[in-house]
Amino acid sequence: MVVKILGSCCSKCNTLETKVKEVASKNNITAEFIKVSDIQEIMKYGIMMTPGLVVNEKVVSSGIVPKDEQILQWLKQA
Amino acid sequence: METAEKIVASKESRNKLLSILVLIPLWAFVYFFLENLSNFIVYNVLSMSRTSSFTEAFRFFIYEVPKVLLLLVFIVFIVGIIRTYFSPERTRKVLEGKSLFTGNVLASLLGIVTPFCSCSAIPLFLGFVESGVPLGVTFSFLIAAPMINEVALVLLFGLFGWQTALLYMSTGLIIAMISGYVIGKLKLERYVEDWVYQIKAGHMEISEEKTPFVERISAGFDAVKEIVSKVWLYIILGIAVGAGIHGYVPENFMAGLMGKSAWWSVPISVLIGVPMYSNAAGIIPIVQALLEKGASLGTVLAFMMSVIGLSLPETIILKKVLKLPLIMVFIGVVAAGIVIVGYLFNLVY
Repeated sequence: MVVKILGSCCSKCNTLETKVKEVASKNNITAEFIKVSDIQEIMKYGIMMTPGLVVNEKVVSSGIVPKDEQILQWLKQA
Repeated sequence: METAEKIVASKESRNKLLSILVLIPLWAFVYFFLENLSNFIVYNVLSMSRTSSFTEAFRFFIYEVPKVLLLLVFIVFIVGIIRTYFSPERTRKVLEGKSLFTGNVLASLLGIVTPFCSCSAIPLFLGFVESGVPLGVTFSFLIAAPMINEVALVLLFGLFGWQTALLYMSTGLIIAMISGYVIGKLKLERYVEDWVYQIKAGHMEISEEKTPFVERISAGFDAVKEIVSKVWLYIILGIAVGAGIHGYVPENFMAGLMGKSAWWSVPISVLIGVPMYSNAAGIIPIVQALLEKGASLGTVLAFMMSVIGLSLPETIILKKVLKLPLIMVFIGVVAAGIVIVGYLFNLVY
């Protein structure tokens, strides 16, 4: 599974990154985490608010830091 | 397993709704008795002298801090709920292919309610321009979104009354509409970085799932947590400085410096305000105290808007997508708009 965190400057982006990694490791989910900060790369996903969360190339959220349970659900589904 | 989770979830949502029903009356009760309470504490409990400057400053402080914080919590909560009904994707859809004037009006209005953070200015700009929203309309949005700031609105309402808050909102809107319209008319598309128009952005489908109201309420709570934790310290510091000015600076001290008679005060305020990057939270309580000491409303408003609406960090972020001439025009048009508004208010009031 490939999990991408889109966004460079917000503090929210860092919060999201730590949170996703935490949720994954707590539930023994292994994934490759990639932080994408290049704006042209980010735009390919069509989001207009950072941070964006992408699981296996599918955008699951943008502009928010989702709740733990929600993140877990996305990771499990993938 | 499934049902157990559902029961927990519904219990949680019921608790949230209940907590709202308890919190709102409590809030109203505290808010409306605050003045009596603070007077009682100052004069009766602490029995401070009614005439000293320190008492005046202290009373100001212990009344204004809880009042502003209460207002802040309430408005941010409501705005947080309202914003769940809007998203940049939806806003973009509304603005696509709109003509210049109508587009500018809509974009400015949507700028108030669409969730926005300056970090997202670039993806937002790209997303708008790429899908065919005219440049001038995009600018109206980019000007209105930071300029009409909910924290500023709360502080103005709390410290000056609703008339000033309304004034601030409507002038902000007008500046955003007209500046965007002017930028659109100037046909500056060539000053957008070339790669912007070549970008092939993916399009995210808008999920049309119904959001339950309880979730919107928790979004309100989240907004309160996020914003209040960010600004409370600045508000307290700002009110402390304001209290000092309120108690100690003589009446009409500012009249010569920032009063109506000083014609140069408006442009100077804007010049000082533009590079200043303060959040509204810190600056407004100070501004209020200045106003009390004879500074004129137009000058103060101009200063405040240039501090909040035009910030250096945001312009630096925009440098990634805009060439220098367009950035200069952007700053110039908005600053000119603010100066005009400043003079207008000095004239009227």
